Amino acid sequence: MTDTKVTLAGVELKNPVMTASGTFGSGAEYSEFYDLSALGAVVTKGVANVPWPGNPTPRIAETKSGMLNAIGLQNPGLDVFVKRDIPFLKQFDTKIVVNVCGKTIEDYCGVVERLSHEPVDLLEINVSCPNVKEGGIAFGQNPKALESITREVKKYARQPVIMKLSPNVTDITEMARAAEAGGADVLSLINTLTGMKIDIQRRTFALANRTGGLSGPAIKPVAVRMVWQTACAVKLPIIGMGGIASAEDALEFLLAGASAVAVGTANFADPFAAKKVAQGIEQYMKEQKVEDVKELIGAVR
Amino acid sequence: MKWKETALVAGQEKIAEGIHSLWLQTEQIAEEAVPGQFLALYSQKDSRMLPRPISICETDGASGKVRVVYRVAGAGTEEFSRLQKGDRLDILGPLGNGFPLKKGRKAFLMGGGIGIPPMVQLAKELDCEMQIIAGYRDELFLTEELAACGPLYVATEDGSAGTKGNVMDAVREQGLTADLIYACGPKPMLRAVQAYAKERGIECYISMEERMACGIGACLACVCQSAKVDAHSQVKNKRVCKDGPVFLSTEVEL
Repeated sequence: MTDTKVTLAGVELKNPVMTASGTFGSGAEYSEFYDLSALGAVVTKGVANVPWPGNPTPRIAETKSGMLNAIGLQNPGLDVFVKRDIPFLKQFDTKIVVNVCGKTIEDYCGVVERLSHEPVDLLEINVSCPNVKEGGIAFGQNPKALESITREVKKYARQPVIMKLSPNVTDITEMARAAEAGGADVLSLINTLTGMKIDIQRRTFALANRTGGLSGPAIKPVAVRMVWQTACAVKLPIIGMGGIASAEDALEFLLAGASAVAVGTANFADPFAAKKVAQGIEQYMKEQKVEDVKELIGAVR
Repeated sequence: MKWKETALVAGQEKIAEGIHSLWLQTEQIAEEAVPGQFLALYSQKDSRMLPRPISICETDGASGKVRVVYRVAGAGTEEFSRLQKGDRLDILGPLGNGFPLKKGRKAFLMGGGIGIPPMVQLAKELDCEMQIIAGYRDELFLTEELAACGPLYVATEDGSAGTKGNVMDAVREQGLTADLIYACGPKPMLRAVQAYAKERGIECYISMEERMACGIGACLACVCQSAKVDAHSQVKNKRVCKDGPVFLSTEVEL
């Protein structure tokens, strides 16, 4: 018997594999390829109180073993999201994690409060998007601001709150402790690393936004290191992500101390990536005679 | 329905400087594809994560073959250009909406540069009075395939063949008229076609291009500006890969 179940703040996932926010929409496009019930959870693209148009194009650029994006949190707003996307995801036997974005603390709290009446399992608060001028990372690079927004959001949240951390800081553990002090239930990390690409033919920035968030296998060692540091520093469960493209990658994160993992950019290289990671973890457990996936979590200290 | 397949390379040839024609043997894709749709081609190198979106030039549903004609524009397409018969290639498709096939109309099929290839399958399937107008920089390609489907008018930027100038110059020089337009090509060409169609009130479909990541409508990388608020996005944005690549010229801003 292979037990792949993990628990995040009292929410049980059938396996530790989730999708990384922004790479999977609300699942509809990927459901044409496989049954989303294969996943522990689907994490939606960030949603705000009103529709956001996002950034001008080009919004992406490929880099070696990765990519830069500056989508700018384009989203249809909460009204349509609640009517269309949540009922869609309810068809599947998987947990629903809604990623929440905003420009002010009031925006975040408003969205969180409205989601408290919805059949959503967890909330992920996006305080780490590097591609928007207001909100986002403004809260995610200052420990005091992070602690205070965490505390405010928790006042309105019925579901457990995941704070998604930015790697664009000097000390990730300081940010993790701040979120813990503010009452976060779970941490997710890492969001993208701020980067830049220059188009030498056109002699300009490859992205209209000039800078973008670097994701993909190129950032995985940084992400594993930060997950390990954070796991050593706080008691909260961690969702590890950053460049996971295979079960082997995901297992590194679990061993480093993550209770769950998220597959992001790899979905673009293979629409089946997240499902394959879940299957691969189970395969590894059978081969290594690991009965319970929880034995792996944080096994490397 | 979209399929991810490992296709077998049935053959590849260089048909002009930097332009390659690749025939792929597929299981489902060729049969499902309609004119104007595209494929995502995956690199075999892990260091290149993102698929390359390439329009379908021709399909042969009976044999399961699909043809893409593409320009070598970077390392990814350079890798594809070295594929030989018998090699394998991961592809995803057919993607996007394709051209709506109207009947009994007088149509322009306008292609500019690497926007010419999708006009081949459209010309093969369209049941209209067709005038095919192809604009090149200098070297011609796919003229045989296009001319087999209907009258072909050529424009070249350097004047080495046909009308000197672009597709709109060819329309003016030849005094061509239409009540329906299909167009694919670089943005300046599409702008000119869009303006021409608007001036004359002609129904016009344009196929757009944008940098893509997922290719299936999830990541919102490849958006274009829409004239009105889009029902899916709730903003004035449409997804080129999913809502397009073909749009009515009045519904997008170029």
